[in-house]
Amino acid sequence: MAPPADARLQLEAVRLTALYGRRAVVKDVSILFPARTVTAVIGPSGCGKSTFLRCLNRMHELSEGGWVTGTVLLDGDDIYAAIVDPVQLRRRIGLVFQRPTPFPTMSIYDNVAAGLRVNGRRSRADVDAAVEAALKRAALWDEVKDRLKQSALALSGGQQQRLCIARALAPEPEVLLLDEPTASLDPAGTQRIEELCHELKTNYTIVIVTHNLQQAARVSDYTAFFYVGDLVEVGRTEVLFTTPTQERTEAYITGRFG
Amino acid sequence: MNTRRVRRRLVNGIMTGLVGVLSALAVLALVLILGNLVVKGASSLDWNFFTKNPVPAGESGGGVANAIVGTGIIVGLACLIGLPIGIGAGLYLAEFGSGRLGWVVRFVADVMNGTPSIVVGIFAWTWLVKPMGHFSALAGSVSLAILMIPMLARTTEEMVRLVPHSLREAALALGYPRWRTSLRIVARTALAGIITGCLVGIARIAGETAPLLFTALGNLNFSTHVLEPMQALSLQIFQYATGPFDDWHRLAWAAAIVLMGLVLLLALSARWAIRQRHGASR
Repeated sequence: MAPPADARLQLEAVRLTALYGRRAVVKDVSILFPARTVTAVIGPSGCGKSTFLRCLNRMHELSEGGWVTGTVLLDGDDIYAAIVDPVQLRRRIGLVFQRPTPFPTMSIYDNVAAGLRVNGRRSRADVDAAVEAALKRAALWDEVKDRLKQSALALSGGQQQRLCIARALAPEPEVLLLDEPTASLDPAGTQRIEELCHELKTNYTIVIVTHNLQQAARVSDYTAFFYVGDLVEVGRTEVLFTTPTQERTEAYITGRFG
Repeated sequence: MNTRRVRRRLVNGIMTGLVGVLSALAVLALVLILGNLVVKGASSLDWNFFTKNPVPAGESGGGVANAIVGTGIIVGLACLIGLPIGIGAGLYLAEFGSGRLGWVVRFVADVMNGTPSIVVGIFAWTWLVKPMGHFSALAGSVSLAILMIPMLARTTEEMVRLVPHSLREAALALGYPRWRTSLRIVARTALAGIITGCLVGIARIAGETAPLLFTALGNLNFSTHVLEPMQALSLQIFQYATGPFDDWHRLAWAAAIVLMGLVLLLALSARWAIRQRHGASR
Protein backbone atom coordinates (compact mmCIF):
# COMPACT_ATOMS: atom_id res chain seq x y z
CA MET A 1 0.00 0.00 0.00
CA ALA A 2 1.32 3.43 -0.87
CA PRO A 3 1.87 5.73 2.07
CA PRO A 4 -0.91 8.23 2.65
CA ALA A 5 -0.49 11.66 1.14
CA ASP A 6 0.09 13.34 4.50
CA ALA A 7 2.67 11.05 6.04
CA ARG A 8 4.19 13.89 8.05
CA LEU A 9 2.98 14.12 11.64
CA GLN A 10 1.60 10.63 11.42
CA LEU A 11 2.34 8.24 14.26
CA GLU A 12 1.89 4.51 14.19
CA ALA A 13 2.53 1.76 16.72
CA VAL A 14 3.32 -1.61 15.19
CA ARG A 15 2.94 -4.75 17.32
CA LEU A 16 4.12 -2.77 20.31
CA THR A 17 4.64 -4.66 23.55
CA ALA A 18 5.84 -2.82 26.66
CA LEU A 19 7.36 -4.71 29.54
CA TYR A 20 8.60 -4.15 33.06
CA GLY A 21 11.19 -6.88 33.47
CA ARG A 22 9.30 -9.95 32.29
CA ARG A 23 5.82 -8.57 32.88
CA ALA A 24 4.07 -7.20 29.79
CA VAL A 25 1.76 -4.28 30.55
CA VAL A 26 1.00 -3.38 26.94
CA LYS A 27 0.50 -6.38 24.69
CA ASP A 28 1.01 -6.47 20.96
CA VAL A 29 -0.72 -3.19 20.17
CA SER A 30 -0.96 -1.91 16.60
CA ILE A 31 -2.65 1.42 16.04
CA LEU A 32 -2.45 4.35 13.66
CA PHE A 33 -2.73 7.97 14.75
CA PRO A 34 -3.56 9.92 11.59
CA ALA A 35 -1.96 13.32 11.09
CA ARG A 36 -3.76 16.32 12.57
CA THR A 37 -6.24 14.36 14.61
CA VAL A 38 -6.95 13.88 18.28
CA THR A 39 -7.02 10.30 19.49
CA ALA A 40 -8.31 9.54 22.97
CA VAL A 41 -7.00 6.51 24.83
CA ILE A 42 -9.51 5.27 27.39
CA GLY A 43 -9.71 2.34 29.77
CA PRO A 44 -9.76 1.45 33.47
CA SER A 45 -6.90 2.38 35.79
CA GLY A 46 -3.78 0.25 35.51
CA CYS A 47 -4.56 -1.08 32.04
CA GLY A 48 -1.38 0.24 30.46
CA LYS A 49 -2.64 3.49 28.95
CA SER A 50 0.10 5.66 30.41
CA THR A 51 2.79 3.10 29.72
CA PHE A 52 1.61 2.89 26.12
CA LEU A 53 1.80 6.67 25.80
CA ARG A 54 5.31 6.69 27.26
CA CYS A 55 6.42 4.18 24.63
CA LEU A 56 5.47 6.66 21.92
CA ASN A 57 8.31 9.03 22.81
CA ARG A 58 10.66 6.45 24.29
CA MET A 59 10.13 7.49 27.90
CA HIS A 60 9.14 3.99 28.97
CA GLU A 61 12.67 2.67 28.55
CA LEU A 62 13.81 5.14 31.24
CA SER A 63 11.64 3.44 33.85
CA GLU A 64 13.17 0.81 36.08
CA GLY A 65 13.17 -2.42 34.04
CA GLY A 66 11.25 -0.87 31.15
CA TRP A 67 11.74 -2.17 27.61
CA VAL A 68 9.68 -2.75 24.48
CA THR A 69 9.32 -5.05 21.53
CA GLY A 70 7.68 -4.07 18.27
CA THR A 71 8.10 -0.50 17.15
CA VAL A 72 6.65 2.94 16.59
CA LEU A 73 6.80 4.83 13.29
CA LEU A 74 6.88 8.61 13.10
CA ASP A 75 6.44 9.98 9.58
CA GLY A 76 7.09 6.41 8.50
CA ASP A 77 10.49 6.19 10.27
CA ASP A 78 11.20 3.65 12.99
CA ILE A 79 11.79 5.62 16.22
CA TYR A 80 13.30 2.57 17.89
CA ALA A 81 15.94 2.18 15.15
CA ALA A 82 19.52 2.07 16.42
CA ILE A 83 20.49 5.33 14.71
CA VAL A 84 17.72 7.30 16.41
CA ASP A 85 18.85 9.34 19.42
CA PRO A 86 16.01 9.16 21.94
CA VAL A 87 16.97 12.58 23.31
CA GLN A 88 16.55 14.16 19.87
CA LEU A 89 13.38 12.19 19.29
CA ARG A 90 11.71 13.52 22.43
CA ARG A 91 12.09 17.02 21.05
CA ARG A 92 9.81 15.96 18.18
CA ILE A 93 7.24 14.21 20.36
CA GLY A 94 6.16 16.31 23.34
CA LEU A 95 4.69 14.80 26.49
CA VAL A 96 2.55 16.50 29.13
CA PHE A 97 2.05 14.70 32.42
CA GLN A 98 -0.95 14.18 34.66
CA ARG A 99 0.31 16.56 37.31
CA PRO A 100 1.77 19.94 36.43
CA THR A 101 5.57 19.77 36.57
CA PRO A 102 6.91 23.32 36.24
CA PHE A 103 10.62 23.61 37.01
CA PRO A 104 10.51 25.26 40.44
CA THR A 105 13.80 27.14 40.14
CA MET A 106 12.84 28.78 36.87
CA SER A 107 10.65 31.73 35.99
CA ILE A 108 7.58 31.39 33.80
CA TYR A 109 9.62 32.59 30.84
CA ASP A 110 12.51 30.22 31.50
CA ASN A 111 10.16 27.28 31.90
CA VAL A 112 8.76 27.81 28.42
CA ALA A 113 12.20 28.53 27.00
CA ALA A 114 13.74 25.44 28.61
CA GLY A 115 13.04 23.14 25.68
CA LEU A 116 14.29 25.74 23.19
CA ARG A 117 17.55 26.38 24.93
CA VAL A 118 18.39 22.71 25.16
CA ASN A 119 17.90 22.57 21.40
CA GLY A 120 20.92 24.71 20.71
CA ARG A 121 21.71 28.40 20.84
CA ARG A 122 19.20 30.84 19.51
CA SER A 123 19.05 34.60 19.45
CA ARG A 124 17.32 36.38 22.28
CA ALA A 125 14.63 37.74 19.96
CA ASP A 126 14.01 34.28 18.56
CA VAL A 127 13.44 32.80 22.00
CA ASP A 128 11.25 35.74 23.00
CA ALA A 129 9.03 35.21 19.97
CA ALA A 130 8.83 31.45 20.47
CA VAL A 131 7.93 31.82 24.15
CA GLU A 132 5.19 34.30 23.35
CA ALA A 133 3.80 32.11 20.59
CA ALA A 134 3.79 29.02 22.79
CA LEU A 135 2.09 30.83 25.68
CA LYS A 136 -0.53 32.21 23.29
CA ARG A 137 -1.24 28.78 21.86
CA ALA A 138 -1.58 27.39 25.38
CA ALA A 139 -4.05 30.22 26.16
CA LEU A 140 -1.89 31.48 29.00
CA TRP A 141 -0.29 34.58 27.48
CA ASP A 142 -2.84 37.14 28.67
CA GLU A 143 -2.62 35.92 32.24
CA VAL A 144 1.17 35.94 32.52
CA LYS A 145 2.50 38.46 30.01
CA ASP A 146 3.16 41.04 32.73
CA ARG A 147 4.96 38.68 35.07
CA LEU A 148 7.09 36.45 32.87
CA LYS A 149 10.02 36.79 35.26
CA GLN A 150 8.09 35.51 38.27
CA SER A 151 8.51 32.02 39.61
CA ALA A 152 6.39 29.43 37.86
CA LEU A 153 5.23 28.23 41.26
CA ALA A 154 3.23 31.44 41.70
CA LEU A 155 0.70 30.16 39.15
CA SER A 156 -2.45 28.21 39.99
CA GLY A 157 -2.67 24.49 39.25
CA GLY A 158 -4.55 25.03 35.99
CA GLN A 159 -2.16 27.74 34.89
CA GLN A 160 0.78 25.51 35.73
CA GLN A 161 -0.65 22.77 33.55
CA ARG A 162 -1.13 25.18 30.66
CA LEU A 163 2.44 26.36 31.28
CA CYS A 164 3.59 22.77 30.90
CA ILE A 165 1.65 22.52 27.65
CA ALA A 166 3.27 25.75 26.45
CA ARG A 167 6.66 24.32 27.45
CA ALA A 168 5.95 21.21 25.41
CA LEU A 169 4.74 23.29 22.43
CA ALA A 170 7.64 25.77 22.35
CA PRO A 171 10.15 23.48 20.60
CA GLU A 172 7.45 22.84 17.97
CA PRO A 173 7.09 19.09 18.24
CA GLU A 174 5.19 17.16 15.60
CA VAL A 175 3.18 15.08 18.02
CA LEU A 176 1.78 16.02 21.42
CA LEU A 177 1.11 13.31 23.98
CA LEU A 178 -1.16 14.25 26.89
CA ASP A 179 -1.35 11.93 29.88
CA GLU A 180 -4.57 12.76 31.70
CA PRO A 181 -3.79 16.46 31.46
CA THR A 182 -6.94 17.54 33.26
CA ALA A 183 -6.89 15.03 36.12
CA SER A 184 -5.88 17.65 38.68
CA LEU A 185 -7.84 20.57 37.25
CA ASP A 186 -11.21 22.15 38.02
CA PRO A 187 -13.98 22.24 35.37
CA ALA A 188 -12.95 25.65 34.04
CA GLY A 189 -9.34 24.59 33.62
CA THR A 190 -10.49 21.33 32.05
CA GLN A 191 -12.59 23.20 29.53
CA ARG A 192 -9.70 25.42 28.51
CA ILE A 193 -7.45 22.46 27.90
CA GLU A 194 -10.11 20.72 25.85
CA GLU A 195 -10.56 23.83 23.72
CA LEU A 196 -6.82 23.84 23.36
CA CYS A 197 -6.89 20.32 21.90
CA HIS A 198 -9.31 21.50 19.26
CA GLU A 199 -7.13 24.45 18.33
CA LEU A 200 -3.88 22.54 18.38
CA LYS A 201 -4.91 19.73 16.12
CA THR A 202 -4.60 21.96 13.05
CA ASN A 203 -0.84 21.80 13.58
CA TYR A 204 -0.19 18.73 15.64
CA THR A 205 -1.13 15.13 16.02
CA ILE A 206 -2.47 14.63 19.52
CA VAL A 207 -2.85 11.53 21.67
CA ILE A 208 -4.68 12.08 24.94
CA VAL A 209 -5.05 9.55 27.73
CA THR A 210 -8.14 10.18 29.79
CA HIS A 211 -10.26 8.61 32.48
CA ASN A 212 -13.15 10.78 31.56
CA LEU A 213 -15.39 9.31 28.87
CA GLN A 214 -17.24 12.56 28.28
CA GLN A 215 -13.91 14.22 27.71
CA ALA A 216 -12.91 11.56 25.19
CA ALA A 217 -16.20 12.09 23.38
CA ARG A 218 -15.77 15.86 23.41
CA VAL A 219 -12.18 16.24 22.24
CA SER A 220 -11.30 13.30 20.08
CA ASP A 221 -11.71 12.22 16.47
CA TYR A 222 -10.68 8.66 17.25
CA THR A 223 -10.94 6.65 20.45
CA ALA A 224 -8.92 3.62 21.48
CA PHE A 225 -10.12 1.39 24.30
CA PHE A 226 -7.45 -0.42 26.33
CA TYR A 227 -8.16 -3.23 28.74
CA VAL A 228 -5.45 -5.00 30.79
CA GLY A 229 -2.76 -4.21 28.26
CA ASP A 230 -4.77 -5.12 25.19
CA LEU A 231 -6.06 -2.70 22.61
CA VAL A 232 -9.65 -3.93 22.52
CA GLU A 233 -11.08 -1.59 19.95
CA VAL A 234 -10.25 1.56 18.07
CA GLY A 235 -12.44 3.61 15.78
CA ARG A 236 -13.96 6.99 15.05
CA THR A 237 -15.14 8.39 18.35
CA GLU A 238 -18.80 8.80 17.44
CA VAL A 239 -18.89 5.24 16.11
CA LEU A 240 -17.10 3.69 19.06
CA PHE A 241 -19.35 5.41 21.57
CA THR A 242 -22.60 4.60 19.77
CA THR A 243 -22.04 1.25 18.16
CA PRO A 244 -19.03 -0.49 19.65
CA THR A 245 -18.22 -3.84 18.09
CA GLN A 246 -16.72 -5.42 21.17
CA GLU A 247 -18.72 -6.42 24.19
CA ARG A 248 -16.04 -5.26 26.62
CA THR A 249 -16.04 -1.81 25.03
CA GLU A 250 -19.76 -1.54 25.37
CA ALA A 251 -19.64 -2.71 28.97
CA TYR A 252 -17.00 -0.08 29.78
CA ILE A 253 -18.61 2.89 28.06
CA THR A 254 -22.01 2.11 29.51
CA GLY A 255 -20.46 2.05 32.97
CA ARG A 256 -20.86 -1.62 33.78
CA PHE A 257 -17.25 -1.87 34.96
CA GLY A 258 -14.04 0.11 35.27
CA MET B 1 -17.04 10.42 79.08
CA ASN B 2 -16.08 13.39 81.17
CA THR B 3 -13.21 11.67 82.97
CA ARG B 4 -11.83 10.59 79.64
CA ARG B 5 -11.78 14.13 78.42
CA VAL B 6 -10.05 15.27 81.61
CA ARG B 7 -7.47 12.52 81.23
CA ARG B 8 -6.80 13.50 77.63
CA ARG B 9 -6.28 17.08 78.62
CA LEU B 10 -4.00 16.09 81.46
CA VAL B 11 -1.85 13.82 79.30
CA ASN B 12 -1.74 16.47 76.60
CA GLY B 13 -0.61 19.07 79.12
CA ILE B 14 2.07 16.85 80.63
CA MET B 15 3.50 15.80 77.28
CA THR B 16 3.54 19.35 75.93
CA GLY B 17 5.30 20.49 79.09
CA LEU B 18 7.81 17.68 78.87
CA VAL B 19 8.69 18.42 75.27
CA GLY B 20 9.00 22.10 76.14
CA VAL B 21 11.38 21.40 79.03
CA LEU B 22 13.52 19.12 76.87
CA SER B 23 13.86 21.67 74.09
CA ALA B 24 14.65 24.33 76.67
CA LEU B 25 17.44 22.06 77.95
CA ALA B 26 18.84 21.74 74.44
CA VAL B 27 18.85 25.50 73.97
CA LEU B 28 20.20 25.99 77.49
CA ALA B 29 23.36 24.08 76.63
CA LEU B 30 24.01 26.39 73.70
CA VAL B 31 23.24 29.50 75.73
CA LEU B 32 25.57 28.36 78.53
CA ILE B 33 28.42 27.74 76.10
CA LEU B 34 27.97 31.06 74.35
CA GLY B 35 27.51 32.90 77.64
CA ASN B 36 30.62 31.33 79.10
CA LEU B 37 32.61 32.32 76.02
CA VAL B 38 31.43 35.89 76.14
CA VAL B 39 32.03 36.29 79.88
CA LYS B 40 35.56 34.91 79.76
CA GLY B 41 36.69 36.16 76.37
CA ALA B 42 34.81 39.31 75.42
CA SER B 43 37.11 41.59 77.40
CA SER B 44 40.08 40.49 75.28
CA LEU B 45 38.31 41.25 72.03
CA ASP B 46 39.74 44.53 70.84
CA TRP B 47 41.18 45.93 67.66
CA ASN B 48 44.64 44.58 68.44
CA PHE B 49 43.23 41.09 68.83
CA PHE B 50 42.13 41.05 65.21
CA THR B 51 45.05 42.96 63.67
CA LYS B 52 48.15 41.98 65.62
CA ASN B 53 50.13 38.77 65.56
CA PRO B 54 50.95 36.88 68.78
CA VAL B 55 53.63 38.32 71.01
CA PRO B 56 56.12 36.23 73.02
CA ALA B 57 54.78 34.76 76.24
CA GLY B 58 54.90 37.17 79.15
CA GLU B 59 54.44 40.28 77.06
CA SER B 60 50.92 41.63 77.13
CA GLY B 61 48.89 42.54 74.06
CA GLY B 62 49.13 40.84 70.72
CA GLY B 63 46.39 39.18 68.74
CA VAL B 64 45.53 36.29 66.52
CA ALA B 65 45.46 37.92 63.08
CA ASN B 66 47.66 35.16 61.70
CA ALA B 67 45.29 32.47 62.98
CA ILE B 68 42.20 34.16 61.55
CA VAL B 69 43.79 34.51 58.13
CA GLY B 70 45.22 31.00 58.43
CA THR B 71 41.83 29.45 59.19
CA GLY B 72 40.42 31.33 56.21
CA ILE B 73 43.12 30.03 53.89
CA ILE B 74 43.14 26.45 55.16
CA VAL B 75 39.35 26.14 55.15
CA GLY B 76 39.06 27.93 51.82
CA LEU B 77 41.55 25.60 50.22
CA ALA B 78 39.81 22.61 51.77
CA CYS B 79 36.55 23.81 50.17
CA LEU B 80 38.24 24.17 46.79
CA ILE B 81 39.33 20.56 47.03
CA GLY B 82 36.39 19.07 48.90
CA LEU B 83 33.26 20.80 47.58
CA PRO B 84 33.53 19.72 43.92
CA ILE B 85 34.46 16.16 44.84
CA GLY B 86 31.86 15.82 47.59
CA ILE B 87 29.01 17.36 45.61
CA GLY B 88 30.00 15.48 42.49
CA ALA B 89 30.06 12.20 44.36
CA GLY B 90 26.66 12.98 45.89
CA LEU B 91 25.16 13.73 42.48
CA TYR B 92 26.62 10.52 41.15
CA LEU B 93 25.20 8.49 44.03
CA ALA B 94 21.74 9.98 43.64
CA GLU B 95 21.53 9.84 39.86
CA PHE B 96 23.58 6.83 38.84
CA GLY B 97 24.41 5.09 42.11
CA SER B 98 21.99 2.20 41.99
CA GLY B 99 24.64 -0.28 40.81
CA ARG B 100 27.48 -2.06 42.57
CA LEU B 101 29.88 0.88 42.30
CA GLY B 102 27.27 3.12 43.91
CA TRP B 103 26.93 0.68 46.77
CA VAL B 104 30.69 0.63 47.28
CA VAL B 105 30.99 4.44 47.19
CA ARG B 106 28.12 4.79 49.65
CA PHE B 107 29.63 2.23 52.00
CA VAL B 108 33.06 3.89 51.89
CA ALA B 109 31.48 7.29 52.52
CA ASP B 110 29.61 5.97 55.54
CA VAL B 111 32.74 4.40 56.99
CA MET B 112 34.74 7.57 56.34
CA ASN B 113 32.00 9.62 58.00
CA GLY B 114 32.61 7.71 61.19
CA THR B 115 36.40 7.90 61.02
CA PRO B 116 37.88 9.94 63.90
CA SER B 117 39.43 13.12 62.55
CA ILE B 118 42.72 12.35 64.25
CA VAL B 119 43.06 9.26 62.08
CA VAL B 120 42.61 11.42 59.00
CA GLY B 121 45.29 13.71 60.38
CA ILE B 122 47.73 10.82 60.76
CA PHE B 123 46.88 9.70 57.26
CA ALA B 124 47.64 13.14 55.85
CA TRP B 125 50.87 13.25 57.85
CA THR B 126 51.97 9.88 56.44
CA TRP B 127 51.14 10.62 52.83
CA LEU B 128 51.76 14.36 52.55
CA VAL B 129 53.82 15.77 55.39
CA LYS B 130 56.41 13.01 55.48
CA PRO B 131 57.06 12.79 51.72
CA MET B 132 57.20 16.59 51.45
CA GLY B 133 59.54 16.76 54.39
CA HIS B 134 57.73 19.55 56.25
CA PHE B 135 54.39 20.55 57.71
CA SER B 136 52.17 22.64 55.47
CA ALA B 137 48.80 24.38 55.27
CA LEU B 138 48.10 22.42 52.11
CA ALA B 139 48.34 19.13 53.98
CA GLY B 140 45.93 20.58 56.54
CA SER B 141 43.48 21.53 53.81
CA VAL B 142 43.69 18.09 52.29
CA SER B 143 42.94 16.41 55.61
CA LEU B 144 39.98 18.74 56.20
CA ALA B 145 38.73 18.07 52.66
CA ILE B 146 38.91 14.34 53.34
CA LEU B 147 36.73 14.86 56.40
CA MET B 148 34.30 16.94 54.42
CA ILE B 149 33.87 14.86 51.27
CA PRO B 150 31.90 11.87 52.64
CA MET B 151 29.60 14.14 54.61
CA LEU B 152 28.94 16.32 51.55
CA ALA B 153 28.42 13.31 49.33
CA ARG B 154 25.76 11.85 51.60
CA THR B 155 23.88 15.11 52.24
CA THR B 156 23.97 16.02 48.56
CA GLU B 157 22.63 12.58 47.73
CA GLU B 158 19.78 12.93 50.24
CA MET B 159 18.88 16.38 48.96
CA VAL B 160 18.93 15.33 45.31
CA ARG B 161 16.78 12.31 46.10
CA LEU B 162 14.16 14.63 47.55
CA VAL B 163 13.60 16.18 44.11
CA PRO B 164 10.39 14.63 42.75
CA HIS B 165 10.87 12.05 40.03
CA SER B 166 8.22 13.78 37.94
CA LEU B 167 10.51 16.80 37.51
CA ARG B 168 13.28 14.62 36.15
CA GLU B 169 10.87 12.98 33.73
CA ALA B 170 9.51 16.36 32.62
CA ALA B 171 13.01 17.46 31.65
CA LEU B 172 13.78 14.19 29.87
CA ALA B 173 10.49 14.39 27.98
CA LEU B 174 11.50 17.85 26.76
CA GLY B 175 14.58 16.36 25.17
CA TYR B 176 17.09 17.13 27.92
CA PRO B 177 20.06 14.79 27.88
CA ARG B 178 20.53 12.95 31.13
CA TRP B 179 23.57 14.92 32.36
CA ARG B 180 21.83 18.18 31.66
CA THR B 181 18.72 17.03 33.49
CA SER B 182 20.89 16.20 36.48
CA LEU B 183 22.70 19.53 36.53
CA ARG B 184 20.21 22.08 35.22
CA ILE B 185 17.01 20.72 36.71
CA VAL B 186 17.63 18.26 39.53
CA ALA B 187 20.73 19.77 41.13
CA ARG B 188 19.38 23.27 40.75
CA THR B 189 16.13 22.33 42.43
CA ALA B 190 18.08 20.75 45.27
CA LEU B 191 20.49 23.68 45.45
CA ALA B 192 19.17 25.19 48.68
CA GLY B 193 19.59 21.85 50.41
CA ILE B 194 23.03 21.29 48.90
CA ILE B 195 24.20 24.73 50.04
CA THR B 196 22.94 24.00 53.54
CA GLY B 197 24.84 20.72 53.44
CA CYS B 198 28.04 22.50 52.36
CA LEU B 199 27.55 24.93 55.16
CA VAL B 200 27.22 22.28 57.81
CA GLY B 201 30.31 20.65 56.34
CA ILE B 202 32.35 23.86 56.38
CA ALA B 203 31.21 24.70 59.89
CA ARG B 204 32.31 21.31 61.05
CA ILE B 205 35.80 21.41 59.55
CA ALA B 206 36.38 25.04 60.54
CA GLY B 207 36.66 23.97 64.16
CA GLU B 208 38.67 20.80 63.60
CA THR B 209 41.92 20.68 65.58
CA ALA B 210 43.25 17.15 65.59
CA PRO B 211 44.04 16.79 61.86
CA LEU B 212 45.72 20.19 61.79
CA LEU B 213 48.08 19.23 64.61
CA PHE B 214 49.68 16.73 62.25
CA THR B 215 49.60 18.87 59.14
CA ALA B 216 49.37 22.65 59.35
CA LEU B 217 51.13 22.46 62.73
CA GLY B 218 50.71 26.13 63.66
CA ASN B 219 52.90 29.14 63.18
CA LEU B 220 53.72 32.02 65.51
CA ASN B 221 54.20 34.36 62.59
CA PHE B 222 51.90 35.66 59.92
CA SER B 223 52.09 33.40 56.89
CA THR B 224 50.07 33.01 53.72
CA HIS B 225 52.33 30.44 52.16
CA VAL B 226 50.33 27.26 51.72
CA LEU B 227 53.41 25.03 51.56
CA GLU B 228 54.64 26.28 54.94
CA PRO B 229 53.23 25.62 58.42
CA MET B 230 50.29 27.90 59.12
CA GLN B 231 48.39 28.96 62.20
CA ALA B 232 44.66 28.29 62.55
CA LEU B 233 42.15 29.46 65.15
CA SER B 234 41.50 25.96 66.44
CA LEU B 235 45.24 25.34 66.83
CA GLN B 236 45.69 28.68 68.53
CA ILE B 237 42.91 27.88 70.99
CA PHE B 238 44.48 24.51 71.71
CA GLN B 239 47.95 25.99 72.29
CA TYR B 240 46.76 28.90 74.40
CA ALA B 241 44.27 26.90 76.44
CA THR B 242 46.83 24.23 77.33
CA GLY B 243 49.54 26.81 78.06
CA PRO B 244 50.46 28.01 81.55
CA PHE B 245 49.72 31.76 81.23
CA ASP B 246 46.53 33.57 82.25
CA ASP B 247 46.98 35.94 79.31
CA TRP B 248 46.95 32.97 76.97
CA HIS B 249 43.80 31.58 78.55
CA ARG B 250 42.00 34.86 77.99
CA LEU B 251 43.15 34.94 74.38
CA ALA B 252 41.99 31.34 73.92
CA TRP B 253 38.48 32.29 75.06
CA ALA B 254 38.46 35.26 72.74
CA ALA B 255 39.67 33.15 69.84
CA ALA B 256 36.86 30.70 70.57
CA ILE B 257 34.35 33.54 70.28
CA VAL B 258 35.83 34.51 66.92
CA LEU B 259 35.67 30.92 65.67
CA MET B 260 32.04 30.55 66.70
CA GLY B 261 31.27 33.94 65.26
CA LEU B 262 32.77 32.92 61.92
CA VAL B 263 30.65 29.78 61.82
CA LEU B 264 27.56 31.79 62.71
CA LEU B 265 28.34 34.35 60.02
CA LEU B 266 28.75 31.56 57.50
CA ALA B 267 25.37 30.11 58.42
CA LEU B 268 23.59 33.45 58.23
CA SER B 269 25.12 34.51 54.92
CA ALA B 270 24.24 31.22 53.26
CA ARG B 271 20.66 31.48 54.47
CA TRP B 272 20.54 34.97 53.09
CA ALA B 273 21.93 33.75 49.77
CA ILE B 274 19.30 31.04 49.53
CA ARG B 275 16.52 33.52 50.20
CA GLN B 276 17.86 35.89 47.56
CA ARG B 277 17.94 33.16 44.99
CA HIS B 278 14.43 32.03 45.68
CA GLY B 279 12.90 35.44 46.16
CA ALA B 280 14.02 37.09 42.95
CA SER B 281 13.97 34.48 40.24
CA ARG B 282 15.94 35.26 37.17
